[in-house]
Amino acid sequence: MQEHIVASFDEDLNSLSQKLAEMGGLAEQNVADSVAALVNRDTEKAQRVIASDERIDKLQRQLEDSAVLMIARRQPMARDLREIVAAIHIATDLERVGDLAKNTAKRVMALEANYGSHRLVAGVEHMSELCLAQLKDVLDALASRDLASARAVWERDNEIDAMYTSLFRELLTYMMEDPRNITFCTHLLFCAKNIERIGDHATNIAENLHYLVTGTALTEARPKQDATSMTNVPYRES
Amino acid sequence: MNDVSVNPVAAPAPAAARERSKMEVKDLRFYYGDSLALKTVSLKLAERKVTAFIGPSGCGKSTLLRVLNRMYDLYPHQRAEGEVLLDGKNILSPAQDLNLLRSKVGMVFQKPTPFPMTIFDNIAFGIQLFERVSKGELSDRVEAALTRAALWGEVKDKLGANGLSLSGGQQQRLCIARTIAVRPEVVLLDEPCSALDPISTSKIEELIDELKAEYTIAIVTHNMQQAARVSDYTAFMYLGSLIEFDDTDKIFTAPTDRRTQDYITGRFG
Repeated sequence: MQEHIVASFDEDLNSLSQKLAEMGGLAEQNVADSVAALVNRDTEKAQRVIASDERIDKLQRQLEDSAVLMIARRQPMARDLREIVAAIHIATDLERVGDLAKNTAKRVMALEANYGSHRLVAGVEHMSELCLAQLKDVLDALASRDLASARAVWERDNEIDAMYTSLFRELLTYMMEDPRNITFCTHLLFCAKNIERIGDHATNIAENLHYLVTGTALTEARPKQDATSMTNVPYRES
Repeated sequence: MNDVSVNPVAAPAPAAARERSKMEVKDLRFYYGDSLALKTVSLKLAERKVTAFIGPSGCGKSTLLRVLNRMYDLYPHQRAEGEVLLDGKNILSPAQDLNLLRSKVGMVFQKPTPFPMTIFDNIAFGIQLFERVSKGELSDRVEAALTRAALWGEVKDKLGANGLSLSGGQQQRLCIARTIAVRPEVVLLDEPCSALDPISTSKIEELIDELKAEYTIAIVTHNMQQAARVSDYTAFMYLGSLIEFDDTDKIFTAPTDRRTQDYITGRFG
């Protein structure tokens, strides 16, 4: 894209992109670390995730402040306006991703003495791998303004949803088998839900990127496979 | 974000095409002597809507406005080819009565141009030119026009004062009052706020919003935010061609043509 006549406008826009990139990097790292802490029962790592979330929050506030100032000062139009609006939305998504990672980390602290089956934790870990790949792809797409890969991320979210639904059933069954599993499984279920949500934020970012580049919304119906709100597992008397 | 064709004839935008058009410009070419200032422009002005014309200096937007009431007729060596229809009737035809045309298509210029006479006479002059009205009715018409132009409250106690004694913003509203006093159907505004402070500008913009209930309005402005605020449709012109013509909301959030995008975001080299 050609540069603005007013060079400082380009600098302002670049600094928005840089802040988003930094937030994205931190959010990605925290998601990975929170799951690693869960898998390895590493409470120190969990603590670090909780502490570093502050940095993401701070970046979001800074980004919002400079976006508001840019709107007031430059009265942006067309793609410039979309850049700024999309940046505000994407920053909100990344801030939420950070919060969800932090929530998972907190549960690692709560679970300390209550760990159960490793197989179930492995299920959450597997989900998180998919989710991290989504997050990475969408952040790369954002950096390179790559519509095709943003769209691919958007379409791929149903895999995470499907995994979440099956994990949900498994955890429910496990809880029914033995009430002593309930604490562990409930925490794990929330961790899985966190990851599923992070996947949704990745698709939101893809949608915002689409809007930024084209000026139109990604509106077609996307296959949704998170069926947990309609799922139950019947209780069997043993 | 592809450049559309370099074809100088921009296709009429679908949105404006849905509206009833008050004026229609068809394959208009305009010459200053030998130089071609408008290269085959076609578009429609939707009735009781505001159409804004934007573009860098020299792009032809003021020229186009001046064709719409044949202001160019005052100058030798200037001529127009093509058709401009007002309610289906070609106003470029030599048979067109110019005084009648200008009473139907009024114009307000960049710099306020009050006549060097009283505020009252500034308005009354135009009315008396076209109609014979009683003294009482004349007063009513003057008051109505000044009220419509949001100036009545400020001048009602000094109607005998010279029009030139008013502030710039008031003078401009006086000129708008003068224009609407003769009950035109179309109002052409050529950068009406470029010499005004922000408060006067807001008053004029508010006025435009009210006037469009009755009049078809075309406005040329260099202030893009103003175009975005006041208009329903926006035409972007460049080098004598109409580049893009669409809903104002679309032009300022997601224009189709790269040149429109570059111009409104301040990237024009």
